[in-house]
Parts: sequence; C-alpha cells; structure tokens
Amino acid sequence: MATLELQGIRKSFGTTHVLHGIDLAVAEGEMIVIVGASGCGKSTLLRIVAGLETATEGRVIIAGADVTRLEPKDRDIAMVFQNYALYPHMSVFDNMAYGLKIRGLPKAEIRARVQQTADLLGIGQLLERKPRQLSGGQRQRVAMGRAIVREPKLFLFDEPLSNLDAKLRVQMRAEIKRLQRRLGVTSLFVTHDQVEAMTLGDRLVVMHEGRAEQVATPMEIWRAPANTYVAGFIGAPAMNFLAAELVEGGAAAKLKAGATIAFADGVHPGGEGAPLIVGIRPEHIQAGSGPGSLPLKVDLVEPLGAESLIHGALPSGETLTVRMSDCSPLAGSVLPVVLPPASLHVFDAEGRRIEAVRRRERTAAAGAVGA
Amino acid sequence: MRKRVIFNDKGLPYLLLAPQLAITFVFFFWPAGQAIWFSFLRQDAFGIRTTFVGLENFVELFQDPLYLASAWNTVVFSFWVTLVSMAVALGLAVLADRHIRGAGVYKTLLIWPYAIAPAVAAVLWIFIFHPQVGLLGRFLREIGIAWDYKLNGGQAMLVVIVASAWNQIPYNFLFFLAGLQSIPKSVLEAAAIDGASAQRRFWTVIFPLLSPTTFFLLVVNIVFAFFGTFGVIDALTKGGPAKATETLIYKAYIDGRVNLDLGSSSAQSVVLMLTVILLTAIQFRYIERKVHY
Ligand SMILES: Nc1ncnc2c1ncn2[C@@H]1O[C@H](COP(=O)(O)OP(=O)(O)OP(=O)(O)O)[C@@H](O)[C@H]1O
Ligand SMILES: [Mg+2]
Repeated sequence: MATLELQGIRKSFGTTHVLHGIDLAVAEGEMIVIVGASGCGKSTLLRIVAGLETATEGRVIIAGADVTRLEPKDRDIAMVFQNYALYPHMSVFDNMAYGLKIRGLPKAEIRARVQQTADLLGIGQLLERKPRQLSGGQRQRVAMGRAIVREPKLFLFDEPLSNLDAKLRVQMRAEIKRLQRRLGVTSLFVTHDQVEAMTLGDRLVVMHEGRAEQVATPMEIWRAPANTYVAGFIGAPAMNFLAAELVEGGAAAKLKAGATIAFADGVHPGGEGAPLIVGIRPEHIQAGSGPGSLPLKVDLVEPLGAESLIHGALPSGETLTVRMSDCSPLAGSVLPVVLPPASLHVFDAEGRRIEAVRRRERTAAAGAVGA
Repeated sequence: MRKRVIFNDKGLPYLLLAPQLAITFVFFFWPAGQAIWFSFLRQDAFGIRTTFVGLENFVELFQDPLYLASAWNTVVFSFWVTLVSMAVALGLAVLADRHIRGAGVYKTLLIWPYAIAPAVAAVLWIFIFHPQVGLLGRFLREIGIAWDYKLNGGQAMLVVIVASAWNQIPYNFLFFLAGLQSIPKSVLEAAAIDGASAQRRFWTVIFPLLSPTTFFLLVVNIVFAFFGTFGVIDALTKGGPAKATETLIYKAYIDGRVNLDLGSSSAQSVVLMLTVILLTAIQFRYIERKVHY
C-alpha cells in the first residue's frame, strides 16, 4: 500500500515518440484505470512503472521514494500480464510461492500465505496442478494470486481480462474490484474496454497518442469530457458531434444543421461567430417537433431489445445517432428530434471543452471563499 | 482425425518405399549384418583360414586392458566434449538472445564452424596448438610450459577435446538459441518483478524451461563424441601418443584397417552399435514424455 507519482514521463523507442510527458498522482489504495485505443502507450506506461522499460525522461515515485533507476525486483510491485505469464514448469503452489521464496520467508509461512490467498481466490484445490492443466479463468486467478500473495506496494494489471470469454470477464471484473477494495492496494489497471474502465476505476486516465487527455472520476469524465477525443471515446454508442457557431453574445449556438440552441448554463466565452463543436450523447436526444427541432432522415434502425439505435442524417449532411426506447421509425422516414440544451457539450474548434463563463466565475468565487 | 491416403493397389506403397528401403538396406543393414557375422569369426594371421568362434571375440575384448583403456578414454573424451560444447554454446546463446546490435552477424559467425569438416577444423587447430608453428603452442613454450601434445598424453587429450567441442558448438548454439527464443518474454519479466535476480532467473526459469533442448543435445553430443570425432582424432593425434587419445571408434578402425584383425574390430563395432541403439532408445523414450513439464 503506497502512493504512486509519475512526473513528466516521456518515452521514445529510437525516433518513435510513444509517451509525451505523463503526470499522475495516485493516492494510497486508489484504483486507477488507464484506458485508451490500441497503441496509445498504455502498456508502455505500465511497464515503465514496473521497471521493465526505462523512461526516456521523467521520474517514477513509489511511496515517496524515487525508483526511476531501480530494477523491477527492487520496486516491490506485482504485475498481472495479459497472457498471465505463469511459470509453465512450476505447480500452482510454486508459481505463487516463487516471490516469497526469493524473499527468504520461512517455509511454514509461505505455505500458510499461499493457502490463504488460494482459498480467497477459490483455487485452493488446484495447488498441485501445472498451469497447462488449468482453464483460462483458473490461470487468470493463479496470476492474480501470485500478485496478491506477495502483498506488494502496488498492483499493475495489463489487460488481464482480455483473454477471457465475455461472461467470465464480467465476473472477474467484479471480483477484482472486490479484492482491490478489500486489500486496499494501490493499483494501475490498463484496458481498452471502456465498460471495464468505468466500472473498475476510482479514477480514469484517458490516453490518446501518448498523452493523458483527462484524469478524473468515471462520472466526471462522462459528464464533462475535457475534449472531443475523450467525449467520443467514453460512452457507447459514441457522442455525436455537430458543427456550430457561437451567437447571441455567447449565449447560444447556431447549428450548421439549422436550429439555434440557447445554452442552459449561461454565456460561453469567444467572439460572435466563433466556430464550435457541439456534442450530444445519443441517449440524450429526444423525439419531438416544435421550434428548435431538427429533421433527421433515418437510414438505419438497430433494435437492441429495450431500445433502438437510430442512425440518420441531418440537413447539413452530418450524421446523428439517437438511442430511444419508445420509438422505432422506419428507415427512410423523417424523425424530428430535439437536442435538450442541458445535455449539450460545447467544444472549441480545436476540440477543447468550453465551460460557461458564469459557472467559472462561481468556481472562482468558491475558491476565494475557501482561501 | 488424421487424413490418410488410401491406396487401392497394395503394391504401390511398397514400391514408393522401395528406394528408401534399398538405401537403408545397402548402407546400413547389410554392413551391420556383416559386422555382426564377422564378430563371431576369427581369421588367422594370413587371412586364409576363417573359423567360427562364437562370443569369444567379445570375451577377449572385455578382458583386453587396451580395449578397456580406450573405453575409459572415450568416457573422458565424451564427457568433456559434451560438457564444454554445451556449456559454451549455452553461454553464447544467452548472449545472442539479448537483443544486441549486430546480433544477426554474431549468429551467422557462430554458425560457420559447423560448416567446416572435422578434418579441416583439425588442421586449423594444429596451427594453434602445434608446439613449433602453433600460435598458442609457441606462446605456452615461451612462458615456460613444456607444451608438446605429440609427447604428452594429457595435453593430447586436451587438444582433441577442444577441437571436437569447438566443432560441435554451433549445432548446440542453434538449438539453445531456438529454445531460448521460445521462452515467452513475459515469463521472465514476471520473474524479475517477483524479485528474482538475473542469475536466479536463469537457474529457476530459463534452465528448467530449456531442459527438453538440453536433454536432446546431451544425447546428440554423446553420440557425436562417440562417432563423429574420428576425423579430428585422426588428423590431430592419430590416437597417440601411446594410445592416450585412442577412443573406441578409433580403435575399431585401427584394429580393422591397420592391424587387420577383422573379428575383434567387428566385435567392437557391434558394441558401439548397441551403445548407439541404447542412447537413441533413451532419447525417444524421454522426448516422447517431453521431459518434466
Ligand atoms: N519495444 C518497442 N520498440 C518500438 N516501438 C514500440 C516498442 N514497444 C511499443 N512500441 C510502440 O509504442 C506504441 C505504444 O505501445 P503500447 O504497447 O504501449 O500500446 P498499448 O496502448 O498498450 O496498446 P494495446 O492496447 O494494443 O496493448 C506503439 O505504437 C508501439 O508500436
Ligand atoms: Mg498493451
């Protein structure tokens, strides 16, 4: 149990720059999930924390001690690999006992700790087996057990669930969360599955091309994504983005698709006519005609059971996906839709989130009171 | 389900196998059969009269101190050739397995010696070990060591061991390298994270995982040391000085070709043949079980 701090971590493989300065502070017992598309540098970051790669620049601090130059064996961490990386020639018991033996613990204590951890994970009766005699799920548990039994300062997980079938994955996800809470070990968990990320993490790090785009709790990220990348990455189906411009002195957005929508949260900074990107999640769009409604020309309806996904095009040619439970129009028909102002996300032309000025003033006032 | 080719004509499969069977017969079974037959015979000194003597050749063989001495030579020689060539090859393979710059060139260079015939290799070693013209030989004499492998039996043994081991290193190297590369990197990383030092990782993870390769090479190397080193010994020491480097295969050759004692030579060949069959049988038995894990 310890804190972890990353300061300005950069990593290049030759001329390929993979990480461009990652800063992160993890509190004791916190579960941080690093999520991002394939190839964005998640594993590289984790391996730098583990000491399996050396950062080109920056520092790794575990429990207040700078470990940047230390070997993995001196960092007191445990890692669960995607392919489990069990020692194929050792029994489950020896796999779990390996790290303890190296530490020179007495035999009796090793036996007791391995047995206890194995029982915790429900693999107590498999201790004599070799890894090849186990199912994928059981191997996964052994890999977890090998990490847990050492009681390390830090757990690192690199997509540990991605080789399991869907059902087992959900089950193990819940189990990992329960275990992590119970043991209270500071953890970094890498995944590219956003559901896994949302359900497991105390906080998420959304990575994109070697940068941490946003670090926040899952709900914060969902409610107020820092930019269009995060907004589009978290949430399924993905958020819709529509071109617009700022009008009425910053109080409203005029969509390229037609309607003008007054912001629910007040005036947004920027000049009259400044280009904007307006985002709205598919589940927030409502059917309904009236002033401010947009005609959606439906071209595909995907029924999902309780609800349907409706894909269509707006008069501007922009596509829009809508998720609705009470309506399934025919393909080719026109569905009038309304974008509720309270559900809009406003981004500038570069994709950065723009907050309403008034709210920012309020935060500043709160800060002043606090000080 | 395995696919099988179905032949309608019962004769065709035999016809297709015939060339292979013929070659095996002509070059293996026939000479082997002859050796077994000759091992029961004895010729007089002029090769005129041949008598059937049963197992007498074998009995004499195992009572002959010279034969027992050459058997001991073979044990010593094989032990060291196998140990040295495998240990050095493993060391080199571990180095090559680390991803160093120029590893490709390094690997290619290491494989070259295998392409050199043992007799040619022996000549190279003469240039190194020869007391008058050899680089190392001259150096040793200059620093005051009485180096002359043509007179000193122990030194002669050392020379043939080194030359034979050198010849066998590339083969072992290739197999060890392949073995190392089939060990998943993440398993070694897991061991590093579990707190194991490089040395400990080697002995507790890499070495056990290499054991099938090691066992296979062990048998191959022993067989090589028994039979494949004839050329090296013939070119370097001719079994001398005073039979100090005479191994079983070399003695069988000398007794048969030079001393023309066909009966004894054949009996020796039969003993060697049985040894090889035994080694191969052990090999198959254990490889089938995939050794350990
Ligand atoms: N040893 C290496 N040498 C060169 N490039 C590398 C090396 N390791 C990783 N990379 C590159 O770094 C980038 C990030 O790789 P990384 O494995 O961290 O991605 P990731 O986010 O874990 O992806 P995934 O979700 O597919 O596992 C990739 O573009 C990859 O090609
Ligand atoms: Mg990865």
